[in-house]
Amino acid sequence: MEEISHLKHTPLHALHLSLGARMVPFAGYNMPVQYPDGVMKEHLHTRTAAGLFDVSHMGQVIVRPKSGKIEDAALALEKLVPVDVLGLAEGRQRYAIFTNAEGGILDDLMIANRGDHLFLVVNAACKDADFEHLKNGLADTCEVTMLDDRALIALQGPHAEAVLGELWADVSAMRFMDVAEADLHDVSCIIARSGYTGEDGFEISIPSASATDVTQRLLEHPDVKPIGLGARDSLRLEAGLCLYGNDIDTTTTPVEGAIEWAMQKSRRAGGAREGGFPGADRILGQFAEGASRRRVGLKPEGRAPVRGGANLFADTEGKTLVGKVTSGGFGPTVDGPVAMGYVDATHTDNGTTVYAEVRGKYLPVVVAALPFVKQTYKR
Amino acid sequence: MLKFTDEHEWLKVEAGVATVGITEHAAGQLGDLVFVELPETGSTFAKGDTAATVESVKAASDVYCPLDGEIVEVNQAIVDDPSLVNSDPQGAAWFFKLKLADPNAADALLDEAAYKELVA
Repeated sequence: MEEISHLKHTPLHALHLSLGARMVPFAGYNMPVQYPDGVMKEHLHTRTAAGLFDVSHMGQVIVRPKSGKIEDAALALEKLVPVDVLGLAEGRQRYAIFTNAEGGILDDLMIANRGDHLFLVVNAACKDADFEHLKNGLADTCEVTMLDDRALIALQGPHAEAVLGELWADVSAMRFMDVAEADLHDVSCIIARSGYTGEDGFEISIPSASATDVTQRLLEHPDVKPIGLGARDSLRLEAGLCLYGNDIDTTTTPVEGAIEWAMQKSRRAGGAREGGFPGADRILGQFAEGASRRRVGLKPEGRAPVRGGANLFADTEGKTLVGKVTSGGFGPTVDGPVAMGYVDATHTDNGTTVYAEVRGKYLPVVVAALPFVKQTYKR
Repeated sequence: MLKFTDEHEWLKVEAGVATVGITEHAAGQLGDLVFVELPETGSTFAKGDTAATVESVKAASDVYCPLDGEIVEVNQAIVDDPSLVNSDPQGAAWFFKLKLADPNAADALLDEAAYKELVA
């Protein structure tokens, strides 16, 4: 096991230990992979009631325009991301990616318009590189600040709204991807109606000093249980959501990764602000002509999970390589194995059978629509 | 005779045949199992070979053959219901029966007291 002592702790570390969490190293942090209930029960609880996740390891970044005009920050950020930031209304957030000059993906992130600044949430493993990337790209026009004094939790599941509603009645007015500021137990929090499970839910940024108090009070609700990284992964996989570093990375473009939906019309060919982001030539070229491979859902036909890294073949003898699994495991809600990965353009149609190499055998896997479970966002 | 390995398998040896499973400690560490793959009856393994595979929601783990021998029977019940390994690991959820190449080889394995010390 990796040496634990040099790992960073989130503001909720002591709470995790008191809840009996099993801690593991993750992106430089000591994080709860599961609590005594275990991954299976935690996953199912999130889908049927409400799960609470500590995601304080993620980076929270403020981008503030020096001019005071949010449009200036939006236009500056559009030079780094292929999404419409200018058109993002105050109090709204959207999914984005940082691209590189080859059209690969440096990280995925959330961007919120908070009126006088943009609020970004980036992946833990990439946050230092993202911060440098932002400073280098935006220094002329914006102040870029990494917040090191805030925790981030996610409350996810069908009961999340009712639970949060007991602390803040206006929560029911929020729609999917709305962002608002509200007091929870007299602590000023930034609340986004979003998450990483496919369920309705919220992501809540809390000042570190009050994070344990607010989290503990949420956990006092009988419908809420703490959920570890293990179930976070199985939940997002069933929901068809990418894990940066597994399913998308610097070698995959947004078109190959099947996340073109993240690029609004204004940034595509013929749009008002077409291109103008790193790798635009390659990415817009793939929009027009298609890519040679694509990320798809993969449903193993048997009971055996097919894990990330497994090669995919067109035949049962392992002769013609057609792709690779990037994430795979068991879906507790699906009650069977689920996976996603990249296949050659000739094998992307739903219903196509390919064969995954698992322990020397070639197991049939069917290309399937994502997500594996119905998303329940409050649009 | 009940014996244990430091790879967290238990063996109940009767007349040169070892019934083999994974310990309660191992089952707890693995978490809820969702898939079990067992060896074929009649196959032979050397000590330390991968004889079976168990998978939780998160990960796959190997189960090693504790001694040299031949598989004479496997427990289909844990293939049909992997959760049995979590609920009764040292009872109904045995994995396979191994005809030992050397009936005395099990003597050198850990006894229950030594194993308990190992996982304490």
